Amino acid sequence: MRINSFFYSVRQGIKNIWRNKMFSVASIATMCACIFLFGLFYIIVNNFQAMVRESEEGVAVSVFFEPGISQEQIDEIGVLIGKRAEVARCEFISADEAWEKYKEDYFEGSEEAAAGFAENPLANSASYQIYLNDVSMQDALVTYLESVDGIRDVHHSEVAANTLSDFNSLIGYISVGIILILLVVAVFLISNTVTVGISVRREEIAIMKLIGATDSFVRAPFVVEGILIGLIGSGLPLILLYFLYNRVVVYISDKFNFFSNIMSFIPAGTLFARLVPIALALGIGIGFLGSRLTVRRHLNV
Amino acid sequence: MIKLEHVSKSYTKGVPAIDDISLHIQEGEFVFVVGDSGSGKSTLIKLLLKELEPTSGTITINKRNLSAIHKKQIPKYRRNVGVVFQDFRLLKDRNVYENVAFAQKVIGMPNRRIKSNVPRVLSMVGLAAKYKSVPSQLSGGEQQRVAIARALVNEPKILLADELTGNLDPNNSWEIMKLLEEINKRGTTVVVVTHNMEIVRAMKKRVIRMKKGVIVSDDTGGLGDEN
Repeated sequence: MRINSFFYSVRQGIKNIWRNKMFSVASIATMCACIFLFGLFYIIVNNFQAMVRESEEGVAVSVFFEPGISQEQIDEIGVLIGKRAEVARCEFISADEAWEKYKEDYFEGSEEAAAGFAENPLANSASYQIYLNDVSMQDALVTYLESVDGIRDVHHSEVAANTLSDFNSLIGYISVGIILILLVVAVFLISNTVTVGISVRREEIAIMKLIGATDSFVRAPFVVEGILIGLIGSGLPLILLYFLYNRVVVYISDKFNFFSNIMSFIPAGTLFARLVPIALALGIGIGFLGSRLTVRRHLNV
Repeated sequence: MIKLEHVSKSYTKGVPAIDDISLHIQEGEFVFVVGDSGSGKSTLIKLLLKELEPTSGTITINKRNLSAIHKKQIPKYRRNVGVVFQDFRLLKDRNVYENVAFAQKVIGMPNRRIKSNVPRVLSMVGLAAKYKSVPSQLSGGEQQRVAIARALVNEPKILLADELTGNLDPNNSWEIMKLLEEINKRGTTVVVVTHNMEIVRAMKKRVIRMKKGVIVSDDTGGLGDEN
């Protein structure tokens, strides 16, 4: 397409939006709602995932060994565990360290009682503390660990792992469901707007065809119209979300001090650096798709 | 320039709109096609514009077989054929200049050339002074001149006119015909479909008469008074 034709199409696209104000406003509003909700869920899911990742760091699987196992065998098991994809890091706690920790936790203030033990009562309690990349992988890892020779027992908290991972998935599924419904509505409304635009300009289109306009020249203004609706419809909610997010973060940090101790928000800059291109691509993509499909269906040029 | 060989066009299984016509129009000719309603005149124009495909036969324009033109190449083909209609078909929300410039924009002409071409064509049709007027501010004759300017601005080799004086009074009709004659003298082949026999007689050009889809006469020297 020549540069002249490009600017012509852009101008006509803008004029189309202006000519069908009512439908354009309805399309932009739906797109705004769609992208706003998408952005909202994106922000919630991302912040929640960041918090879950933080919590997951505290979820560990403990591995205890068969009595009489040598340190060499324990080291070999450590190497095997370290190679697993689920494992973020693996710490060895010797029997002596375990006893020291136990004394700290349970004999504080009555050290003489602990001194009564001539030998380490936790002699067989050397262990590996395994921290996971993703708690949803815990089951697979536990099954594997239980099959390794030399391992006596595997301690893990299924409830903690499952709750975190289930909650995470649930939020993900709900978001995807709502966003999909909104996307379909947005495509439908944009398609309607473009259909009205086409019927209003049917005479002009017939003239264009008679004087030798190419298919792309006839179609381009309508596609531009869809893209512009998508662009405006995604730009406005992004601006709104940016200001809202900053305000909410400051508000929660100020008003609920205890809350900010247990959770930390992703900085707006980091979050929006990812959200802006995704939301714009989504808005423009829906606008393009909605108008292109409609133009193909209604304009037999 | 325009050659039809045994061309037929049927819309349904009934009577054909055009029935086995053969016709040859030379480059630079001025031809009238006359006939009553339903004689097949408008179908002929649509076939020449490749708005319709013939049911059988061959149409050759400028040594190009129209049936061999792919759908994607139709726009380029139409740029060589200017067309004017009885109802002008102007864009009502745009002024005279914009209506004519529109035809140039459609084919991707650079602005610099549009700015020189449009005033030149508007002076040719005698509307240079009214370039800012919108169609509703113009008389029927003036609107038809704008339509002719739009058809000519891309310098087509052929100009097709479908009942272009149908909505005009005798004076305006006559002026429009004089304009077409002028355009023809500059080398454009002109085909005028009309039922205005008064003008056809006065112009003394080739006249092809159609009836029920067939050519019933072809008078190269125009119609005499007895017709």
